[in-house]
Amino acid sequence: MYEFNYRRARSVEDAAEMLANAEDPKVLSGGMTLLPTMKQRLAQPSDLIDISHIEALSGIRHGDDRIIIGALTRHAEVAASDVVVKAIPALAELANHIGDAQVRNRGTLGGSIANSDPAADYPAALLALSAEITTNKRTIRADDFFIDIFETALEEHELVTSVSFAVPQCAAYMKFPNPASRYAIVGVMVAKFAGQVRVAVTGAGAKAFRYEEMEQALSETFEPESLADIKLADDELNSDIHASAEYRAHLVGVMARRAVTAAKA
Amino acid sequence: MSETVSFMVNGKSVSADVEDRTLLSTYLRENLRLTGTHIGCDTSQCGACVVHVNGESVKSCTLLVGQVEGDDILTIEGVADGEVLHPMQEAFRENHGLQCGFCTPGMVMSALDLVKRNPDPTEREVRVWLEGNLCRCTGYHNIVKSIVAGAKSLREG
Repeated sequence: MYEFNYRRARSVEDAAEMLANAEDPKVLSGGMTLLPTMKQRLAQPSDLIDISHIEALSGIRHGDDRIIIGALTRHAEVAASDVVVKAIPALAELANHIGDAQVRNRGTLGGSIANSDPAADYPAALLALSAEITTNKRTIRADDFFIDIFETALEEHELVTSVSFAVPQCAAYMKFPNPASRYAIVGVMVAKFAGQVRVAVTGAGAKAFRYEEMEQALSETFEPESLADIKLADDELNSDIHASAEYRAHLVGVMARRAVTAAKA
Repeated sequence: MSETVSFMVNGKSVSADVEDRTLLSTYLRENLRLTGTHIGCDTSQCGACVVHVNGESVKSCTLLVGQVEGDDILTIEGVADGEVLHPMQEAFRENHGLQCGFCTPGMVMSALDLVKRNPDPTEREVRVWLEGNLCRCTGYHNIVKSIVAGAKSLREG
């Protein structure tokens, strides 16, 4: 790693001030992506602002009709949370399949979404569950949050503080994981609400996205067969050593049908 | 740049004067000479460097010393009771749960976190839990057997 200054923030205000006063800072929460990136010398921040000890940013609660999860809540906590397991079991299940056990013990919700990795799991959940992302400055709808590969609507020095998820009637997330990294080669989350079905895809494109054609078909009839004739065009999908664009397009259909079946079960 | 960080390692308090970029795995091995924590891949994939921070298993190669200020660290050296092996270590010995032994400390630390959450894991649950621990001798079968046996012996006290 290149040299940097490590600084621990005590509050959101403290972190904002540290960010404003440093030359080229990065925010550190669980560090499960940032530290490996720095070890490979792919990033060279002047300062690491560690926000992981700001207690106010952690925890899970049931709001009026939404589940609100603090940005620093670790994947293992989401997976084991009685509140999440009861209200949105698909979200707990998704969290329980991120990386491996040790990654889930450190990695955080806020860190994952702020990174906007095209193969991360949480972005699919945010889109499918009509999430709202609260920062130290404003609230952003999930539909407006993920901009491009590793790019979000977050402005410089803007910190995610919590994410709220709508509670669906039923939902399921199905992923086809890369067998080595456990990142999604393709992951699809399907969520059924009163009068609306939302389908979100991760791993396949430059960023997680909603698949409106499938949403339409499932809104009419919530059955896996409704998706039989829907084929995703592969011209803008990811293609790499793990899977071709054509294969990813095919997997989107398979994972979506499995997700509908699982959601109905 | 550099800093002084205080934390506990295997029940003893430690005050570390380190560069900010020092990894916990490096500090444990090179400064405290606790070389049971192994560095395999150094990319947070293999799990040879697993230690516990406040009772939870983490990969110490992906943790800065500064991040563990005030925390309680347990390494493989702190697991046995003097000369008496911990029941999980004993289960690895009994069941030949190691070949070259390089991954073993990480496997044991990971297993201890599992049995705390799930005192009676099935073979399948052990295999799923071990996603983050690689054995390049491919000796998984006996490792899984060891962990199931270790869990049993811990349940029976």
